[in-house]
Amino acid sequence: MEFSNGILQIISTGMKLDKKIFEIIFHARGGQGAKTAAELLAQAALREGKFVQAFPDFGPERSGAPMKTYVRISDEPIRTHEPVVDPDMVAVLDETLLGVIDISKNLDENESLIVNTTKDRETVSRETGYVGNIYPIDALGLSMEVIGEPRPNTAILGKIIKVTEVVRLESVMDVFREKYTDKIGAEKTDKNTAAIEKAYDSL
Amino acid sequence: MRDDKNRVMNLNKNNLALTGGAAAAEALKQINPDVMPVYPITPQTPIIEVFAKMVADGEAATVMIEVESEHSAMSAAVGAQAAGARAMTASSSQGIMLMSEILPIASGMRLPILMFVSARAISAPINIHGDHEDVMAVRDLGWIQFFSENSQEVYDNTFIALKLAEKARMPAMVIMDGFLTSHSVENLEILETPLVRKFIGEYEPKNNLLDMENPMTFGPVSLPNSFFEFKRQQIEAMNGVLTEYENVAEEYEKISGRNHDIFESYQLDDAERAIVVAGSTAGTVKVAVDELREQGEKVGLLKIKLFRPFPYQQIAEALKNVKNIAVLDRTVPLGSNAPIFSEIINSLFELKISNCQLHSYIYGLGGREIFKEDIKKVFDDLKSESKEKVKYIGLK
Repeated sequence: MEFSNGILQIISTGMKLDKKIFEIIFHARGGQGAKTAAELLAQAALREGKFVQAFPDFGPERSGAPMKTYVRISDEPIRTHEPVVDPDMVAVLDETLLGVIDISKNLDENESLIVNTTKDRETVSRETGYVGNIYPIDALGLSMEVIGEPRPNTAILGKIIKVTEVVRLESVMDVFREKYTDKIGAEKTDKNTAAIEKAYDSL
Repeated sequence: MRDDKNRVMNLNKNNLALTGGAAAAEALKQINPDVMPVYPITPQTPIIEVFAKMVADGEAATVMIEVESEHSAMSAAVGAQAAGARAMTASSSQGIMLMSEILPIASGMRLPILMFVSARAISAPINIHGDHEDVMAVRDLGWIQFFSENSQEVYDNTFIALKLAEKARMPAMVIMDGFLTSHSVENLEILETPLVRKFIGEYEPKNNLLDMENPMTFGPVSLPNSFFEFKRQQIEAMNGVLTEYENVAEEYEKISGRNHDIFESYQLDDAERAIVVAGSTAGTVKVAVDELREQGEKVGLLKIKLFRPFPYQQIAEALKNVKNIAVLDRTVPLGSNAPIFSEIINSLFELKISNCQLHSYIYGLGGREIFKEDIKKVFDDLKSESKEKVKYIGLK
C-alpha cells in the first residue's frame, strides 16, 4: 500500500477500531505526561460508552527514565490484566528513545507509529527499523507555539485520534476542559485544546 | 457477541473509569466513615490521596487523622472503633507489617474496622510492587479477607465486607492487587449513595467506650481461666461469616444487579483442567479460558474471593469433578505449601477427594508480569503428568 501523507492513509484503510480491543503503547520519559495523555484518551472513550483500561508499566518512577504506559479501548468489557504486548498503535513522546528502545516490537506494517519529533518519516524509519505507517509530528514545537509551554503530551493526542479514529476529537476536548479548567484556568485550557485541534488538522 | 446491555449501561452517569484506589475512595465517600486514621507515605496508594481531597472538598464528613506510623494508624482505628465510631484505613506492604502487632488486637477486641489493602511484596529485597505477600503474612490474625479482580470488585466488596464485618464484629480487609488494580484505570458502575447507605445501615456497636451508663473495660487482661473462651467466641464469629455470606450477597445483588458468589466459577462445570487464582490475574485467565474453549479444550477457572474465612466445603464441591488443577499463588512459600494451594488441599480433603492431580505454581512475585500465554502454558502443562512439586511462572 502506498501513501504520501497521513490523510491518504486514513482514506485508504478507513476506521481502525476493527479489533475487539484497540491497544496503544505510549513510550516516554518519566515526567513527560504520558500517563496523563493515556488517561485523557481513556476518559474520552468512556464518554463515548466504550470500555477502557489505562495503566503505566510499573517500574521505578524516575524523572527522565524511559517509561511505558498502556491504553485499551473496546466496545466490550475488558478482562485481561496483562501488559499490552501486541499494540495496534505506538506513540513516542521523546525522540531520544528512538533506536534506544525497541519501540516497534510487535507493531505490524499496517499499524501505526506516531512520534513527537522534528525528524522526517524516513529518518524515523531508519532509526527504529519500522517500515509501516509512520506519523512524525512536532508536538513539542506545536505546543510551544500554541500554548507557550512544552506540552507535547496533550498536543500529540490530536494526531493519535486523527490517525486511529479511536475516539472523536470533541470527546477529548470535552474531557480536557472538564478535567483542567479548574486546575489551569480557562485561558490555558483553551490553548491546550487548540493545540490538540491543530495537531489533529496537521498533515 | 456484543453485549448491548453493557453498552447501554456504560453510558449511564454512574459509569466511571477509575483506578482501584479511586474506586475505593468513591466507596468510602458513600459510606462516609466517622474516622480515618492514615499514614500517607510510600508505600501508600491513591486511596487516601483521593479520599482526603473528597473530605477537603466537603464531600465526606470523615475525621482524617494523620498519624506518625502505620502502627499508630491501626491503633487510632482501634480506639475510634471502640468508642463506637466507624473507623477505616488503608495500607500495604511494609505498612501492613508495621501494623501487624495491632491487627489481632482489632480482631480480638471484636472491632469491625475496614481496611483497604493494595497487596504488595514485602522486603527484603526492597520491593513494593504487586504481590500477595503482605496480606498472606497476616492471614491468620482474625481479619476477614476479600480479594478483588478489578475496580468494580473493589467497590462492591467494600460494602459486602463492611456489612459482614459489622454483623460478625470482626474486622475486614478489602484487597486489591497493588498497582495492577490500585493504579490502573478501569470501568466500573457505582450505585446511588442512598442505596448504599440503606444497604450498610447505621453502625450500631454492641458496646462502646463512650457509653457512660454502662462503663466497660475493653481489651483487658485475660488469664488462663478465660482467654480460651474469648478465642473460641472469635473462632465461631469468624466461621459465622460463611453462613451470613449468602444473605448479604443476595441483598447486595438486589440493589446492584451484580452477583457476587463466595467465589467465582468460570466455565468450571465440565472442565477437565482448571486454574485456581485470586486477584487481577483471574481476568487474564478468563480470556485464556475463552480462547482455549473455542478450540474445544475443556478448561475453567475458580477465582478465590473470600479467603478468610475460607469456604472449604463449597470450593471442594465446585472442584470435585476436575481432574487436573493448577493453583496459582503470588506469595513466597518458605518451607511450606503456598497458601492458596494449601487451602485447596484442605478443601479437597473435606470431601475425601484424592483422585485428582493438584499442582502448585508460583507467579508474579514483586510485580513480575504474567501474560495470557503463560496461563495457556499452565493449561497445556496440566495435560501431562509431572513430578515437579512446585513450578514457577515467568521466572528468568
